[in-house]
Amino acid sequence: MFKKNLGKWLISWPPTVYLLIFFAVPALIMVGASLRFPGDYGGLLPLSHVDEATGRTIIDVTRDNWRDFFTLENYTRLGSDAVYLQLFVKSFGYAALTTLICLVMAYPLAWLIARSDQKIRDLLVLLVILPFWSNFLVRVYAWMIILGPNSAFTKAINLLLGLVGIAPQTFMFSPFAVIVCLVYVHLPFMVLPLYANLEKHDLSLLDAAQDLGANAWQRFWRVTWPLSLPGVYAGAALVFIPALGIFAVPDLLGGTDGIMIGNLIKQQFLESRDWPFGSVLSIVLTVSAIGLAGLAALIGRASTRGGDE
Amino acid sequence: MALLEIRNIVKRFGDFTAVDNVSLSIGAGEFFTLLGPSGCGKTTLLRMLAGFEMPDGGEILLDGKNVANVPPEKRPVHTVFQSYALFPHMSVADNIAFPLKMAKKDPAQIKTQVAELLEDVRLSQFGNRLPHELSGGQRQRVAIARALANRPRLLLLDEPLSALDAKLREQMQIELINLQKEVGITFVYVTHDQGEALALSHRIAVMNKGKVEQLDIPEKIYGFPKNRFVADFIGQCNLLEAKVVETGSERMKIEIDGVGIAETLPAAGVQAGTRGTLALRPEKIKISASLPADVADEVHFRGKVHDCLYLGDVTIYIVELENGLLVEAMLPNSASGQAKFFDDNDAVEIAWRFDAGHFLAE
Repeated sequence: MFKKNLGKWLISWPPTVYLLIFFAVPALIMVGASLRFPGDYGGLLPLSHVDEATGRTIIDVTRDNWRDFFTLENYTRLGSDAVYLQLFVKSFGYAALTTLICLVMAYPLAWLIARSDQKIRDLLVLLVILPFWSNFLVRVYAWMIILGPNSAFTKAINLLLGLVGIAPQTFMFSPFAVIVCLVYVHLPFMVLPLYANLEKHDLSLLDAAQDLGANAWQRFWRVTWPLSLPGVYAGAALVFIPALGIFAVPDLLGGTDGIMIGNLIKQQFLESRDWPFGSVLSIVLTVSAIGLAGLAALIGRASTRGGDE
Repeated sequence: MALLEIRNIVKRFGDFTAVDNVSLSIGAGEFFTLLGPSGCGKTTLLRMLAGFEMPDGGEILLDGKNVANVPPEKRPVHTVFQSYALFPHMSVADNIAFPLKMAKKDPAQIKTQVAELLEDVRLSQFGNRLPHELSGGQRQRVAIARALANRPRLLLLDEPLSALDAKLREQMQIELINLQKEVGITFVYVTHDQGEALALSHRIAVMNKGKVEQLDIPEKIYGFPKNRFVADFIGQCNLLEAKVVETGSERMKIEIDGVGIAETLPAAGVQAGTRGTLALRPEKIKISASLPADVADEVHFRGKVHDCLYLGDVTIYIVELENGLLVEAMLPNSASGQAKFFDDNDAVEIAWRFDAGHFLAE
């Protein structure tokens, strides 16, 4: 039995060990950190000290004083101020909106690529992933210029708005700027899984649907769309999860209105130097994202079991 | 009036003429087959009937109305696709209900109708299964039930049995014949399998290079192929080069190249010297170690066995005549206790009645 699985085991241990060391262990360390007190100068309150005279490490935690080292206070603090919950809700909202806009924009594009001539298909896919070849931060900075008050884009929009009597707008440092940039950054992650799915569709199914009386909309809604759902789910996960935790984009484009939960977490670690609370925020973010994905999967399964009645 | 009337239909793809001025009419309740090799235009013609291709010229009259430019979803014509094209995300019942939903039928009515259709194709127990959970034959039946659900005026079948193995195919052929009788809907069937066409059809149109070579009942198509292509395509056929020696009203004399004089049925529009081909089915040729030479009405030659193909029920003997010409003869292995009558290089004699074959003028 072991011999039979030896090959499997051999090829699966490097990624397993890798994930164990660099994901599972840090996650556990973070859970530990979330239960402790911040140190005086950042970091965590140490659990031990080195005796200067002997050079020995002495553990300070005892059966009697462990409450001075471990606490659930960091979690209760989360509920103490509504501003944290609001920030969570807002971040989920931004991520959801980004996902939705990406889906609406990416679907027709992915469909066109999948249905285009084999010869130019690879070129079109290449164009979709081309932005990855320039640095992420450079691309975000580019949006600072595009959305800035003196850019040709801003001036052109304001000129058009002026024609219909609307006062000039500024775009930078707003939720609008954050969403625009989030969509831009994540669009390829939606296009690629959708393309991979749509490209495999059996086109004779569309012929059959049409033959049996389905018009163009019905052919899409009853055949193409349900068959593309795995691609939609994959794309949505690839956009939603990174968009939820992002901090660079709201940092640079969001101003005070546009900050997200990622900014708060970053702030806890780098500015407030409150690692335990930063850990709590991270854990809650991860757990709620997983919970949401699980809920979506349940709803998805229930709706497919119900058939298309 | 014919249910379907195709008039001078033409379809070109660039320089290639896929369907070249085809006219034919199909009656209500008929099982009509378009038969031909791949690339002969039969599938293109079917796709024009379904509406997936627009003809470049001509008319398609369905119940007297020209539907040539009506899109597929608006035609009372449904198709059973070669790959079945069942919707993989829908249950069997939902697949069958699809055309009824598209026709906006009442949900309660859809439910009873789907149940009836499932029963018709003996799949009542399988309504909740997904297509990939069915066998090939079952999928085939779902595809047929789905295409019949809305009771189309015309059912198009595009090589529907080609994905099945030989045994299942024969069984499905019988089911198709019975189903067609039962529902009384006109079937237009496309196949490249001549055996299937002969077994199923009321009438067959043999197509080649975009044209109809011969349109007739199966017995005539097989027994009296109109030209060399049909004779060669349908079944096995000896095609012997010959020229007319003497015409007559009852029979005529021809000279088979390098073999000799033979009598055959008179052909229309030929005269002494007309060149052509004698088409002769292998099963109509007698073969024996020795045959009486001077039987009336029989053509008689000597040769030796060049090759033989043992096929179980029959054996095909390829007989080399004295001048090197090869003729195929077929002999049933029906005699008990005997599997094979001759071996390679055995001297044999062959003979056929004058009306066994017929002369195709060039």
